Amino acid sequence: MRLVVVGNGMAGSRLVSEVRTRDPHMKITIFGAETCQPYNRVLLSNVLAGSSRPDQVRLLDSSWYAAHDVEAAFGSAVAHIDRETRHVVTEDGRREPYDLLVLATGSEAIVPPIPGVERAIPFRTLEDCERILESAQQARKAVVIGGGLLGIEAARGLAGRGLPVTLLHLAGHLMERQLDVEAGEVLGETLNGLGVEIRTGVSAEAVLEDGVRLAGGELVEADLVILACGVRPITKLAAEAGLEVRRGVVVDDELRTDDPSIFAIGECAEHDGMVYGLVAPAWEQASVAADVITGGKALYRGSRLVTRLKARSVELAAMGETHLTEEHAEVVRFSHRARGTYRKLVIRDGRLVGAILLGESDAVGTLTQLFDRGGPVPGDRAGLLFPGLSSAPVTENPTLIPDAAKICQCNNVTKGQIRACWEAGARDVAGVAAATRATTGCGTCKDAVEGIVSWLCEQEGISV
Amino acid sequence: MVSDPVDGAVKTHCPYCALQCGMEIGPELAIRPRTDIPANASGALCQKGWTAGELLTNGERLTSPLLHGEPVEWDVALDYVANRLAAIRAEHGPDAVAVFGGGGLTNEKAYTLGKFARVALGTSQIDYNGRFCMSSAAAASIKAFGMDRGMPFPITDLAEADVVLLAGGNVAETMPPFVRHLDGPRMIVIDPRRSQTAKLAWLHLQPTPGTDLALALGLLHLVIAEGLVDEEYVAARTTGFDEVRTSLSAWWPERVERITGVPVYRMRQAVRAMAAAQKAYILTGRGAEQHAKGTDTVSAFINLALALGLPGRHGSGYGCVTGQGNGQGGREHGQKADQLPGYRKIDDPAAREHVAGVWGVPPESLPGPGRSAYELLDALGTPGGPKALLLFGSNPVISAPAAEHVAERIAALDLLVTCDFVMSETAAMADVVFPVTQWAEETGTMTNLEGRVLLRRRAVTPPEGVRSDLDVLAGLAERLGHRLETDPVKVFDELRRASKGGLADYSGITYERIAAEKGVFWPCPEPDHPGTPRPFLDSFATPDGRARFVPVQHRPAAEEVDEDYPVYLSTGRVLAHYQSGAQTRRIASLVKAAPEPFVELHPDLAEQLDISAGDVVRVTSKRGEAKAVARISDAIRRDTVFMPFHWEGANRLTNPALDPTSRMPEFKVCAVRVERDS
Repeated sequence: MRLVVVGNGMAGSRLVSEVRTRDPHMKITIFGAETCQPYNRVLLSNVLAGSSRPDQVRLLDSSWYAAHDVEAAFGSAVAHIDRETRHVVTEDGRREPYDLLVLATGSEAIVPPIPGVERAIPFRTLEDCERILESAQQARKAVVIGGGLLGIEAARGLAGRGLPVTLLHLAGHLMERQLDVEAGEVLGETLNGLGVEIRTGVSAEAVLEDGVRLAGGELVEADLVILACGVRPITKLAAEAGLEVRRGVVVDDELRTDDPSIFAIGECAEHDGMVYGLVAPAWEQASVAADVITGGKALYRGSRLVTRLKARSVELAAMGETHLTEEHAEVVRFSHRARGTYRKLVIRDGRLVGAILLGESDAVGTLTQLFDRGGPVPGDRAGLLFPGLSSAPVTENPTLIPDAAKICQCNNVTKGQIRACWEAGARDVAGVAAATRATTGCGTCKDAVEGIVSWLCEQEGISV
Repeated sequence: MVSDPVDGAVKTHCPYCALQCGMEIGPELAIRPRTDIPANASGALCQKGWTAGELLTNGERLTSPLLHGEPVEWDVALDYVANRLAAIRAEHGPDAVAVFGGGGLTNEKAYTLGKFARVALGTSQIDYNGRFCMSSAAAASIKAFGMDRGMPFPITDLAEADVVLLAGGNVAETMPPFVRHLDGPRMIVIDPRRSQTAKLAWLHLQPTPGTDLALALGLLHLVIAEGLVDEEYVAARTTGFDEVRTSLSAWWPERVERITGVPVYRMRQAVRAMAAAQKAYILTGRGAEQHAKGTDTVSAFINLALALGLPGRHGSGYGCVTGQGNGQGGREHGQKADQLPGYRKIDDPAAREHVAGVWGVPPESLPGPGRSAYELLDALGTPGGPKALLLFGSNPVISAPAAEHVAERIAALDLLVTCDFVMSETAAMADVVFPVTQWAEETGTMTNLEGRVLLRRRAVTPPEGVRSDLDVLAGLAERLGHRLETDPVKVFDELRRASKGGLADYSGITYERIAAEKGVFWPCPEPDHPGTPRPFLDSFATPDGRARFVPVQHRPAAEEVDEDYPVYLSTGRVLAHYQSGAQTRRIASLVKAAPEPFVELHPDLAEQLDISAGDVVRVTSKRGEAKAVARISDAIRRDTVFMPFHWEGANRLTNPALDPTSRMPEFKVCAVRVERDS
């Protein structure tokens, strides 16, 4: 069996390592248009923000391929698929035969067709990232066009480097696909506080030398302009080979295209009408495809989408159908804009189908898992949004502790026993310890025992 | 000082956990904490320790050998067993006889057990319940440091730390006096339950059962991403960081949050506190270790410790919180399937030659490595497996995973022989039961969780009819044509010679020194060597002296929840009981404190399942079912129930999936169905 993979990004490299884990012998060749090792795109905003160095986002070391008997051809773009003879042909003329072929060609940044757009830098690849960082060193003011996930992360990252940033967004609020209006506004306020000026409902008309001109003529000054206007699947290779392509390369539940010997995964693939732009689905697809390629029976049934913003001091998680209203679902909402907090649950048929969590919250893990697993939502909705709220408060006041309550866990001593011991004449912790062994284990109940003894003494007017 | 000071207070140690609190046994068996042993120098004992004397007198003792349930003379029982063993060996070969030991046995017994198996029985089939205890931590420590000494520092060092991260340990219940050493530092506790220990924590991270490995990777990812790596230390004292760093790119915190359920900002708090500390420790317990990926989980925590520059620095480090009384010493002297005394490998020719020399046998006569604990139990009575089992200091019918299956395997044996001092559930199945001495009735050494060798002294005369395990082994060996020592001092002297030159070198340790020095840390290669409280300060026990980063990847639990078994089960301990409960379930005040098994579940899960506090609940896994009383508590995750394993039941449910390296079963997570019992 000869496996050829086109694309050495997050999906392709993942697929190769998953296949190799399952089958130590299959002949594998991977082609990558970029010359560098595969890297974790998720971490690019850390690089932009300066918290990671570019060399810290690699997913595999260059030695990995040889060590795992995988032939890696980097800087070698595949130009053509010869389905007749089952070969891929590279731009430099190499022909590589395959039994199974996986397309993991990914996507490319959308560059809006406006005058002067070549002055702007898209934010998509590690190379882009390095270009932005180089320009940012001399820049005095930046504009980011596009208020989706990547645009916000880029804007936050640059602001964190001390550069004034304006974020331009066409829609009425930020991340409009994932967030409702109020969440978008609270997010905007939070970013504003971190040095990002937010302009929503504006359209960039041209990129000039001194800034971006908006529709209506206003000039937003900038000497660095970054594009984050979304991505488009790279499907040319598949389309030219005659495979079915709609928005992406169409695949079935085994991630096969309409040619059973060709698979497509990641951001270039379209499954059940969905093209995914996040890493988690790409890796789920890589895992299913690797299983199928090595003779397994896994099926891909689509992915649940959880969007997690990675921007310092901004905690945001959004998942599922956040736009449903009370007409169609049960909505639980809490908003505290002064603190940058917004929480929303969308529940349908007793299941969590959507959620937004803005601001630090211990609920995020529980809710993400509840959403992922599709389990029943507990009756106590408030307890879900505010973990810890339902915990019984710790009684500090000795008068309020019931006699049956255990004070010393280590020696199983109740308040009633301490009281009895006091009544028998013990007037301090040492006396109680001698009689009941309370406080002699871990010692953490010493304050509680002291509190009870002094309270009993006070009751009787005995000074201690 | 080793003789029998039957009157006056005798200085000894607690019979239970690896802390080995010092205690004095006075007249009338009055127990008092000692103040000269660092583990509990503040005079602490838990309820188990205070009440330990009750088992000496409360009538639960076995005092006569039993043959098929009937009391018989010692010689009758010994002759019977020796004849049966010889016959089984003659018919099926030496590996048809198996030996199973325990982490509660003294060093002298553990050593003699290993020698008895290899020399008198000639069997490779010996392992012990420590495999179920800290074998994952031991394997990971050996990979990273070249040596496994649970805590490679004195326990008293902990109090000076700024931060202690405890992954999967509930010391407030399992070894309460330990908590006194954690009074100073900020504690970060990782546990799916808000345990008594987690309640004391500055920060509690509450992951999904089976995801500690992902959490550790996420924490290290953050350490790297936030630039908190101790680069100087990593360069000077470690190897392998580059590969680990690359492998961590795939474990960014938001991904880890989705797997573990631990919020990213909490992970960030944890790593910032760790990195800001001048002195910090990372400790692991069974919660992190008892998994089919336990070794890798510990490796991930050790990687974290190494990246922060902790191990081998005075006042910082990584340690495993060993559980059983002699869990440390028990894993060093040869009752483990792949081991010879001194923590030597049984497949190392030099090790075989040295030990065979001490034993006076040809090296080639020593068998090779045998089956690990669960694999051994699983093979009992099968066509290729052992036909006879000699069991010491263990109660696998309660404590092994898939316990019903294990009980079936034990029942299929031709011969089961146990040494016990009470009629444990496993002893009740035995053809022959030998009544043996317990802690206060015998002398021997114990190596506690710090690697400090301690002396347990005999304080009372054993009841008539009771003999030491050493006598049983010598009696059987004699009948099989071999001679073994029965005097603990002589056994220890032999152990010293056998361990000489090994990693766990005891050769410079004597009973006199232990008594005078309140314990001696191994390695101690010479009589005038001071012992080694902190073995890694100058270098690690690897060939190049550097600690090794080991790249590891997270994977799901061996058994994940599904539609039929939608809830995670995790198991653990309660304060009043020890291990299988064979001892503590026979002590009235402990039974009063914790009378029965229970199932702890979250109020939301209880509501969903229509279960109220006090209801009898049926818990079912693919392997069996157990019933217990419901306890409702929001201290546990909504997707998980907790059961203590000191009673029959919990381990009928647990999963025997094994760690590929340590052969540790996956006690800490499996999938169950929970229902109200109608």
